[in-house]
Amino acid sequence: MQPPAEHVHWMFATGFLLLGLFLLAEAVAGEEVWRRRRWRAYLWPSFTFLMGIFMWPVMTFFTNSTIHMVAHGAWAQVMMFAGAAELGLVRGKLTNPLWRLATPLAFLVSGLAFLLHEQNQWLFQRSSFLHHFLGWTLVIGALFPLLRALRPRWALANAGFALVFVVVAVALYADRDLAPVFGHLSPLAGQPHR
Amino acid sequence: MSTQTATHVRPRARTLAPRQIVLSVLGPLTALVGVTWAIAQPYRITLLHPYDQGFWWLFVQPPLWILLAGLAFHLFVARPLIEDLDA
Repeated sequence: MQPPAEHVHWMFATGFLLLGLFLLAEAVAGEEVWRRRRWRAYLWPSFTFLMGIFMWPVMTFFTNSTIHMVAHGAWAQVMMFAGAAELGLVRGKLTNPLWRLATPLAFLVSGLAFLLHEQNQWLFQRSSFLHHFLGWTLVIGALFPLLRALRPRWALANAGFALVFVVVAVALYADRDLAPVFGHLSPLAGQPHR
Repeated sequence: MSTQTATHVRPRARTLAPRQIVLSVLGPLTALVGVTWAIAQPYRITLLHPYDQGFWWLFVQPPLWILLAGLAFHLFVARPLIEDLDA
């Protein structure tokens, strides 16, 4: 009854797509208008926190090696940490602006977790490519939440922050359990699925 | 006695600001991406050939989920936000 791993990736892709849309809308409308309705201010931080919670069962039921499990556990923790920090900032419970660095830290840790737990080369199979791609996207993309933390009203930083999530969503939608990437598939990877 | 039953309705001219235009196209554009994917890879829509498919293959349909995400975002997030920009 468990979903195949690729289905789980697609479900998370949808979550990241929605997250990207929320943040893009906030970047376009501006923080003041976005927070005019109270629920909207909590929307993306609580969504991130929730996705972090959902990452725990993924870690428990879908990882087939220790390093895989550690990576998924790291994503679960940093997503919950970033979501909680942003919730605290929005609510006013957290006042120190250094808490804004929680999200760039989450990006960096997530990116490094992708890069460190992938054992194969870029073109070994599609998931290997996506791990490298997502890892570098998040490591380099951490610049956007960092700039956003330093200059919260800078539209470019906010839009870039949102678009990183959209790119992550596209990459996750492209994931398959076993498939070639740009025509490359190592014979060691096994038989491609449908 | 007046036989004129049609009442005059003042046309409501509404000019959307650039920010409102961007917000109003985000959701439909996302939905369009889902539709395009569904047309490009119809075999991804297992509802079109549901026999011998397990629950997860029928439930998780990425092109349809993108379509739904775009529509839900438009209805529940973008529309109220556009109204707030108007105010």
